[in-house]
Amino acid sequence: MSQEPVPESLPEHRAPRPRPPGGPPPPPDTPYSPGGVGSHGPDPSADDTRTDTDTHTVTKTETDTGAGAPGGRHGNAAVRTRPGPRSKRAMQGAGRRRRARLARLDLKVSPYAYVAPFFILFAIFGLYPFLYTIWISLTNESPINPETDFVGVDNYTRLFGDDRFWAAVVNTFGMFVLATVPQLLMALVLASWLNRRLRGLTFFRMSIAMPIVTSTAVVALVFGMFFARDYGLINGILGNFGVDPINWRASQWTSWLAISAMVDWRWTGYNALIYLAAMQAIPRDIYEAAEIDGASRVRQFWRITIPLLTPTIIFTVIISTIGGLQLFTEPLMFTSGSGALSGGTTGQYQTITMYLVQTMRTFNQWGYAGAISLVLFLMIVLVSAINFLLVRRLGSDR
Amino acid sequence: MTVTMSTRPSQTSRRRRPKGGHEAGATVRRASPLTIGGLIIAAALSIAPLYWMLVVASRTSNSAYQWPPALLPGGNLGENIQRVLDNPDAAIFRGIVNSFIVSGTITVSTVFFGALAGFAFAKLRFRGKNALLLAVLVTMMVPIQLSIVPLYQMMGEFGWLNDIRAVIAPFLISGFGIFLMRQYSIQAIPDELIEAARIDGCSVWGTFRHVAVPALRPAAGVLGLLTFMQQWNEFFWPFIVLADPGNPTVQISLRTLNSAYHQDLSQIFAGMVIATVPLLLIFVFFFRQIISGIMEGATKG
Repeated sequence: MSQEPVPESLPEHRAPRPRPPGGPPPPPDTPYSPGGVGSHGPDPSADDTRTDTDTHTVTKTETDTGAGAPGGRHGNAAVRTRPGPRSKRAMQGAGRRRRARLARLDLKVSPYAYVAPFFILFAIFGLYPFLYTIWISLTNESPINPETDFVGVDNYTRLFGDDRFWAAVVNTFGMFVLATVPQLLMALVLASWLNRRLRGLTFFRMSIAMPIVTSTAVVALVFGMFFARDYGLINGILGNFGVDPINWRASQWTSWLAISAMVDWRWTGYNALIYLAAMQAIPRDIYEAAEIDGASRVRQFWRITIPLLTPTIIFTVIISTIGGLQLFTEPLMFTSGSGALSGGTTGQYQTITMYLVQTMRTFNQWGYAGAISLVLFLMIVLVSAINFLLVRRLGSDR
Repeated sequence: MTVTMSTRPSQTSRRRRPKGGHEAGATVRRASPLTIGGLIIAAALSIAPLYWMLVVASRTSNSAYQWPPALLPGGNLGENIQRVLDNPDAAIFRGIVNSFIVSGTITVSTVFFGALAGFAFAKLRFRGKNALLLAVLVTMMVPIQLSIVPLYQMMGEFGWLNDIRAVIAPFLISGFGIFLMRQYSIQAIPDELIEAARIDGCSVWGTFRHVAVPALRPAAGVLGLLTFMQQWNEFFWPFIVLADPGNPTVQISLRTLNSAYHQDLSQIFAGMVIATVPLLLIFVFFFRQIISGIMEGATKG
């Protein structure tokens, strides 16, 4: 959005018309900058002449505080508020012009300087590695390979026939669904509970938010102990009901369940708070109107709360998708000891990211790892998009 | 990305609510006993694993293997912490120092550059602003997993492998930080103040320094807290570049403890207490800011 220079500012500078004190304020909703006219104004030479005329006019129109012409007259403004002896001012003419030019440069360059650090850093640690990943995925680069050859799409064709990769995909999606669906449903329920009038609200909020400060490594270790085969808390409780000890790490389903429990514990409260924020933003009178119309509370929840929450639900689903498809720490820490990257004896809980790291660090196949990471990225984008459409559909159906 | 401060009005009503009794604020439904029961269960489930961590960390290793399990903390916490600090493999003291350096540096940098760029995006006018802002938002979607291979190579070339600089550098500025500060700048910095500063002869930097910085302080605090927490808990990237266990972050120390051949549970759990306590303290002291940061960050997204 390039701002047009304000057309009437130029004549105004040349021949300032008398204006009532406290003239029309600038439109409040258009954020103008200190850059204002200066950064997009006419060419500098025109500005210079204006500076000269202004020094004369300013003294005449003391009431004109520049409210009508936001921006642009930086140097003059400074002079106006610090009126010195007139002779001194004349002597300072040249310096003032230089200052004015510097001020305009300041206005023009500063915004770019302020946003530049981000883009420089991103270019180094984001964009360049991304582009290089595309290149590397077309080679057989390896730290133990003295020379690197271009291999075309070989890595990708290999990937599509790689059973271990697809097993990791199944594991990742399995745990993602197992973790995300109950988590978001529980979060919705929790949020609607927290959105009531009750004693100890702060306590409840605080305790439900507490898992957020716990690191995934800690979560994984504590839950790893809960789900231990011998002396584990879960097996102990189940044992009271006559269930034989389960070796949670041994099979696919049980390990998925255990790992999903870790994810759920850590993130349910976070999502509940987000839903709560959105629920509190819904105007109360909508519910009052529904109540008058005789809608039950369940009906109100499905017909009012859920549709109005749809953007927020989309947000949480996408955040969960991005996080869930990159699941790494929990399954890694579920195995103690070395070889944890394999995700269990037969890879029953190895995720895509674990396989990626294993390919890179253990197998030293950097080119192939590049291909894996790009496919993972595409999957994240694709699944996020599908979920977005899905949730929007659900929201509008009601 | 529709951006509103939609949570504002509701916050006032929320503040009124817990006082209870007054029918004026009674549009919000009172919680039924069933709801309260559910909330108590949820709260208990949320706290239980952390409490359990404390219990195991404060007892002898053997007591972790008894049934029924011990439910009260024992008296060995100090001793267990001493043992884990003395454990040469885990280097947990080094890990804590490193984690403080890493999280602290990234927090300061994220807040400073976030405020600077957020202010520019919200209040300054420059060509290509919207396109650049969009670019910032798009970069938020790019996970680090995507490019670990080149990043790892790059850190190798910089000579930063097993060096905490490798953990700091890629995270110094976040798109999320810029976006959060931009949203806050829009409503917290009145244009009149910027204009007044300019009339007083302030440079753009001076305007930022004297007008924006004081106004942005609350948001900077929230962003700082969230960033510190996130970086303190970061696992994936340190795991990749700090492979040598001698120079870990605290999370990597925990991983080393856990992968030892002989597992000493009370020692591991004492290490976890050490790793969690700084954040728990921050959480208890700044609970309100953290919660509002999470809640507002989401509704603005």
